[in-house]
Amino acid sequence: MGFFLETIIAGLMNGVLYSLVALGFVLIFKASGVFNFAQGAMVLFAALAMARFAEWLPEWLGFESLLLANVLAFAIAAFLMLIFAWAVERFVLRHLVNQEGVVLLMATLGITFFIDGFGQTIFGSDIYAIDLGLPAEPIFILEGLFPGGLLINQDDLVTALMAMAMVALLTLFFQKTGTGRALRAVADDHQAAQSVGIPLGRMWVIVWFMAGLTALVAGMIWGEKMGVQFALTFVALKALPVIILGGLTSVPGAIVAGLIIGVSEQLAEVYIGPMVGGGIQIWFAYVLAMVVLLFRPQGLFGEKIIDRV
Amino acid sequence: MFYRENGQFKTTYKSDQQIFAVKQDRIAIIAIIAFAFIGVPMLADEYLFRAILVPFLILALAAIGVNILVGYCGQISLGSGAFMAVGAYMAYNVFMRVEDMPLIVALLSGGFFAMLAGIIFGIPSLRVKGLYLAVATLAAQFFFDWLFVRVRWFTLDSPAGTAEVSNLSVFGWQIATPMDKYLFVLGFVVVFALLAKNLVRGPIGREWMAIRDMDVAASVIGIRPMYAKLTAFAVSSFIIGVAGALWAFVHLGSWEPLSFDINRSFQLLFIVIIGGLGSIMGCFFGAAFIVITPIVLNQLLPWIGSLFGVEISTSMVGHAEFMIFGALIVWFLIKEPHGLAKYWSMARHKLRLWPFPH
Amino acid sequence: MSKKKIGDVILDVHNISLRFGGVKALSDISFDVREHEIRAIIGPNGAGKSSMLNCINGVYKPQEGSITFRGQTFKHMNSRQVAELGVARTFQNLALFKGMSVIDNLMTGRNLRIKSNLLLQALRWGPAEREESEHREKVERIIDFLEIQAHRKTPVGQLPYGLQKRVDLGRALAMEPQVLLLDEPMAGMNVEEKQDMCRFVLDVNDEFGTTIVLIEHDMSVVMDISDRVVVLDYGKKIGDGEPDEVRANPDVISAYLGTSH
Repeated sequence: MGFFLETIIAGLMNGVLYSLVALGFVLIFKASGVFNFAQGAMVLFAALAMARFAEWLPEWLGFESLLLANVLAFAIAAFLMLIFAWAVERFVLRHLVNQEGVVLLMATLGITFFIDGFGQTIFGSDIYAIDLGLPAEPIFILEGLFPGGLLINQDDLVTALMAMAMVALLTLFFQKTGTGRALRAVADDHQAAQSVGIPLGRMWVIVWFMAGLTALVAGMIWGEKMGVQFALTFVALKALPVIILGGLTSVPGAIVAGLIIGVSEQLAEVYIGPMVGGGIQIWFAYVLAMVVLLFRPQGLFGEKIIDRV
Repeated sequence: MFYRENGQFKTTYKSDQQIFAVKQDRIAIIAIIAFAFIGVPMLADEYLFRAILVPFLILALAAIGVNILVGYCGQISLGSGAFMAVGAYMAYNVFMRVEDMPLIVALLSGGFFAMLAGIIFGIPSLRVKGLYLAVATLAAQFFFDWLFVRVRWFTLDSPAGTAEVSNLSVFGWQIATPMDKYLFVLGFVVVFALLAKNLVRGPIGREWMAIRDMDVAASVIGIRPMYAKLTAFAVSSFIIGVAGALWAFVHLGSWEPLSFDINRSFQLLFIVIIGGLGSIMGCFFGAAFIVITPIVLNQLLPWIGSLFGVEISTSMVGHAEFMIFGALIVWFLIKEPHGLAKYWSMARHKLRLWPFPH
Repeated sequence: MSKKKIGDVILDVHNISLRFGGVKALSDISFDVREHEIRAIIGPNGAGKSSMLNCINGVYKPQEGSITFRGQTFKHMNSRQVAELGVARTFQNLALFKGMSVIDNLMTGRNLRIKSNLLLQALRWGPAEREESEHREKVERIIDFLEIQAHRKTPVGQLPYGLQKRVDLGRALAMEPQVLLLDEPMAGMNVEEKQDMCRFVLDVNDEFGTTIVLIEHDMSVVMDISDRVVVLDYGKKIGDGEPDEVRANPDVISAYLGTSH
C-alpha cells in the first residue's frame, strides 16, 4: 500500500510539471488561437539560458553566491523569453493572422526547429546542470499513518510546490486581473476585442511572454532533475496529451489533466510496464489521450465544437 | 516562343483531362524520365547515387504519401516516421521469415501492413481534426518507436536490436551497386508517382480535397467523410510504408528504430510544406531541397567561417541546418503556402509568354 | 404560359423543434412541399430558415418531430442518405471547395454516381477513364446552362462572388436532384445578377421539374416566382399559403413586411 501511494505521489509531482507546461499551451491558444508546438523547445531554450547564465555570471562578475547566480540567471532568462515573445509576434504571428489552425501549427513547428538550433548555437549542446541548492536527501512523511512512512525526495517536493505556486499565480492572473480579462476577450473574438480597443499585438506579446515564463519555470525544475539537454523538448511535449485530455480551452482542465496523466503514466509504468518490456511511458500518455478523444472529442473539460454551415 | 499552347485544341474530354495537357510538357516529362533511366547512370558517380539520388527518390516517394494525407485530404499527421518503420520492419519479417520471398512482394507487403496501421491510427480523424489529430498521430509515432525496440520478434530476436538485409535481387538481377539501387528505386518511384497522380486527379482525389476544404459541405453532397478520410490514411500509409521498406532495404542496408523517429516525421512534413501541399510534383522539389541543403551547408558554412577566421564545427552546421529549415518553414508559410511547386508553376507561366514580359 | 402541373406532397415536415443549448431555433414547425412546385420560406433574420433547411438536409438533428420524404419517414436525416434520396442544396455563406477549380467543384456533385473503385482509378484505365469523361460531359452541360464556360478551370476561390454563387448552384444541379434547397441564392447580388439567377431557378424548375425550396429576402422575387410560401418568425410558423394570401396576412405584415403609417 505504501508503495502504491509513493507511486501516486511521484505521479502527482510529475503531473504538476505537465500541468505547468500545458498551461503555457492553453494560455497561448486561448488568447490567440495558435497551438504553440514550440512550447517544448521554449522549455529547452529557457532552461539552457538559465543554466548557462548561472554558470557564466559568477565568472564574469566575480561573485560566489549560488542564490544570487540563480536569481540573476532567472531574470535574464525571463528577459530573453520576453524578447522571444516579441520576435515571434513581430515576425511570425502578425503575418499569419487569418490562416487556419493547421498553418499556424506548422509555423510553430518551424519556430521549434529554429529555437532548437539557435539555442544550441548560443548556449552549446552538452548537458548542463541547474543547481538550485535544494536538499538532496529523501525524507519520510506521514509516518503516523503508515509504518515507516512514505519515501519521497525533498527536492521533488520543493519543485512540485514551486510549480503549484506558478500554476496558482497564472490562474489568478488570468481570472482576476484586467489584463487577464482582456486576454480572455481576445481569445473569444479577435475582431470584437480589437473593436473595443484592446491592442491585439501587445496582448499576444504578453501571452507569449507568460508562456515563456511557464516554460522557464518548468525548464528550471526539469533541468534541475535531469540536467538540461535536448531530451527536455520531448519531456515537455508530454504536455500535449495533457491538453488533449483537458480540452484545449480549459485552464482547470489543463491542471486536472496534468495530474491525471502524471499519475496514470506512473501507475502504468510500474504495474503494466514489466509485463510488456518496460519503458511504456514514452507512449502511454499519448495513447490514453487518443482513446479519450475517440469518446469525447473535446477532451474532458473542453467546449463542444459546433460547426455552423 | 517555343512554349506556346497555340493550335493545341482538345477535341475529347479525355485529352483535356490528361496529366500533361500541353504538348511541350509531355515531351519534357518523357525526356526527363528517359534521362533519369538512361542518361543519369552514364553520368553519375557512386557518391551521387548513394548519397543524393537514392535518398532523394525514396524521400520523394514518402512525401507523396504524406502529401496525399496532409496536402490533399487536409489531415495533419505527425506520425509518418512510424509508418515508414512499420513498412520497413514488416517487409523485413516477411522477407526473412518466408522462404524464397520475392523482394518486390516483401516490399509491397511492408506497405500493406503500414496501411493497416494507418487505418487504425487514422480512426481518430473521424472524431477530431487539426491539432487534436496531430497529437493522436503522435501516439502512433511513439508507440511504434517503443514497439520495434522492445518487442524482439520484429528484429528476429537479434541481440543488438538491429535489422539487416543483404543480397537483394529481382528476377535474377542483383541489386548490388549504387547504380543498381538507383534504378530499382527509380522504377518504384515512377510507377507510384503515376498511380498517385491518377488517384488525386480522379473522383477519390476530389473527395479528399472536398474533405480538406469543407467537410460539412462534403457530406451534404453525399461524400462519406469516414470513407474519404480512412482511404486517405490507407493509401498514404501504404505508400509511406513502401518508402520505409525501400529506405531500410536499399538505402540503409541495416537499420534501427531511430531511423524512423519523430525527426523523420518532421522531415517529411517539411518536404511537403516546402515542396507544396497538394502537389505531386512539389514532393520532388521538396525532397531535392531537403537532401541537397545539408550537403551544401556542410561545405558552405565552414568556408564562410574560414573567411572570417571562425571555425565552424559539424555540430554547428547541424544547428545551423535546424535554424535555416525552421526559418524557411515559417517563411514559406507566410509568403507562399503552395511552396516550391507554386514557384515552378509561376515560372512556367512566365515561360508561356517569353520572350514577352506580359 | 401553361399552368405547370404541381404534383403530390413530396416532402412533409412534422412538428420539428430544434434547440441549441438554451436557444430555441425552431418550435413545432410543420409544412409540406409538393412535387414540381417552388416553395419559398421567408421571415426576418434569425427566424430559423437556414436551420430548417439544415434539418431537412441532415446537418442538424432536431430534438423533436420528423420528416417524410416520398413516403419514408425519418426522425433524423443523415446527410448522405438525404443526398442519395435526391435532395441537393446551396448555402447561404457558400460552402464551395475553394482550393478546387469550377469543373472539379461541379464534379464532386457527381460523386454519388461514380462507380469505379480505387484500383481502377489509380490505373486510370478503360472504364475509369470513360466514366470520368461521361460525368465531365454532364458537368459541361451545366456549365453551359449557367454560362460560366470561361471560368471552368479557375480555382473557385479566385472568382467574384456572383460567379461563386452560380458554381454553388451548379454543384447542386450536378447531383441531378429531385428537390433543390436554395439558401438565399440571390443574397448580395445586383439587379442583373438577380435576374440571371431567377432565370436559372425558373429554368431548372421548368425543364427538369425539380422541386424547389427557396429561402429568400427579396420580396419581389418571392412573390413573382414562388407557388406557395411559408413564413417563419422567431422559430415559429406564422403564415403558410399562396403568395397573395400570405402578403395579406396581418401577422406576417406586422412581423416582417411592415405596415405603412
